[in-house]
Amino acid sequence: MKTSPKRLLCVLVGVILKMSRRFVLGLATIAALAALWYVATMPLDLISPGRFPSPVDVWIALRQVTFTGYANGLLYQHVLHSLKLVVFGFAVAAGTGVPLGLLMGWSRRAEALINPVFSFIRPIPPLAWIPLAILWLGIGDAAKVMVIWFAAFVPAVINSFTGVRTIEPYVIEAARMLGTPRFRLATEVLIPAAAPFIFTGLRLSLQASWTTLVAAELVGSLYGLGRILNVAQQDIYPGMIFVGMACVAILGWALTRVLAEFETRSLPGMQTARVYQ
Amino acid sequence: MTGGPDQRLTRLEVAAYGIAGLLLFLGIWSALSWSGAVPRQFLPTPYDVASRFVQLLSTPFAGATLQQHLASSVMRFAYGFLLGAAVGIPLGLLMGWYRALDEIVSPVFDALRFIAPIAWVAFAALWFGTGIGGPILIIFAGAFPPCVINAYRGARFVSRPLIEAAQMLGTGNARIILEVLLPASTASIVAGLRVSAGLGWQSLIGAELIVASTGVGFMMVQAQLNISTATVMSAMAAIGLVGLGIDVALRSLEAAVRRRGFA
Repeated sequence: MKTSPKRLLCVLVGVILKMSRRFVLGLATIAALAALWYVATMPLDLISPGRFPSPVDVWIALRQVTFTGYANGLLYQHVLHSLKLVVFGFAVAAGTGVPLGLLMGWSRRAEALINPVFSFIRPIPPLAWIPLAILWLGIGDAAKVMVIWFAAFVPAVINSFTGVRTIEPYVIEAARMLGTPRFRLATEVLIPAAAPFIFTGLRLSLQASWTTLVAAELVGSLYGLGRILNVAQQDIYPGMIFVGMACVAILGWALTRVLAEFETRSLPGMQTARVYQ
Repeated sequence: MTGGPDQRLTRLEVAAYGIAGLLLFLGIWSALSWSGAVPRQFLPTPYDVASRFVQLLSTPFAGATLQQHLASSVMRFAYGFLLGAAVGIPLGLLMGWYRALDEIVSPVFDALRFIAPIAWVAFAALWFGTGIGGPILIIFAGAFPPCVINAYRGARFVSRPLIEAAQMLGTGNARIILEVLLPASTASIVAGLRVSAGLGWQSLIGAELIVASTGVGFMMVQAQLNISTATVMSAMAAIGLVGLGIDVALRSLEAAVRRRGFA
């Protein structure tokens, strides 16, 4: 049967209607919650302002941190500081973790050598490295990078390793039979074939980096979003806590989106791999 | 599963390489601290850490012995994790069954999910002080989302004929959820529980670093303030061991579920 323009139009309208139901309901829920928030905090005074901020408190806090500054800096400075650290830490972890995972996947000797040490360190959650990082490097940027490195390293290694091990052997055999040199084998066969897994690992790494950075900044730092949260907690300033949490959520979401965009551009037509943690 | 050019190693070779790797690791570590390249106070030898670990089991540090701190951490973890599962799994199943609920809850859930669990620490301190509520809130924030997501996915991917057969026989909504969706999505739920437990345990440690007066995270902060690196490392080892224990327990649950053929 040929698809007539009329039929196509019907399908399109159907899709839009279906989407818009979801969209409208979601929007309505968020609007309802916002209204409830306003009513509960402002006119009815059900929730004490010392416990949860009203929309006006949040607005005031947002204006304050944006224009006059809070906890040693303006909002954009804190945001840039946190972003800089997370991107740098993530890049260092990916730059070391992915090659190590690929190496362990490629060579069983390397796997046998490294795996016991790796499984020794792996169960220690990233946040547990924070006190050690502070002991070794203080509360500056170097300590944050170290903690992020530990957080992001493990998923990067595991997934790159799995990616290499799931390549069909005949692919590698074919390449070898054609006399592909080692370097080209790595860049043109191994890495592309393992790419879906590598990206899964990077996604997990990035999430872990962000969570860990916020935690590390909360425990001790001079700048950053975690610093805003920490100072706001000490000042008992719920409006500012709200602003800090919202920034953490928005930036966490944005980082994930950027990586997803990068993934779809570099892996056209590939489905994402299963999650290995 | 033969990925690389290497032949499979024999079991003996794997063991030999493994031991060599561990020895190399411990050797470099010991050499660094013995030679004085790194001050021993900041990098104690592996032996120092091990003996400190044993010592902490009997001598109290920061008000309690290591196993007492661990016990209070594990208790908090159990409360927060069970609460996350008890709220998250039913919510996920209901969202998988009632489309309207899915459409109403999803946007809120997605917005909250992107807040790193540890970021709740400021409100936790404000609402609960250093009481037990604070850490539980943070563990909940870590453990809740995977429970919801996996129960939801499990419920959504139940095969249509199964549901249609139940509906044709006149099964009510409640019984469909309990007797069709729940058993069919058990494997997915248990997998979610494992992710939950990992995130919950790690969030708890973070919470205890900031707001707590007992627990292994609190102990680490005290050790850090006293510049007792051996104590910090002992606590890290203990945290790793307990986390591993939790994971092994849930893995065996997963295996048991698979054996019973729910998946």
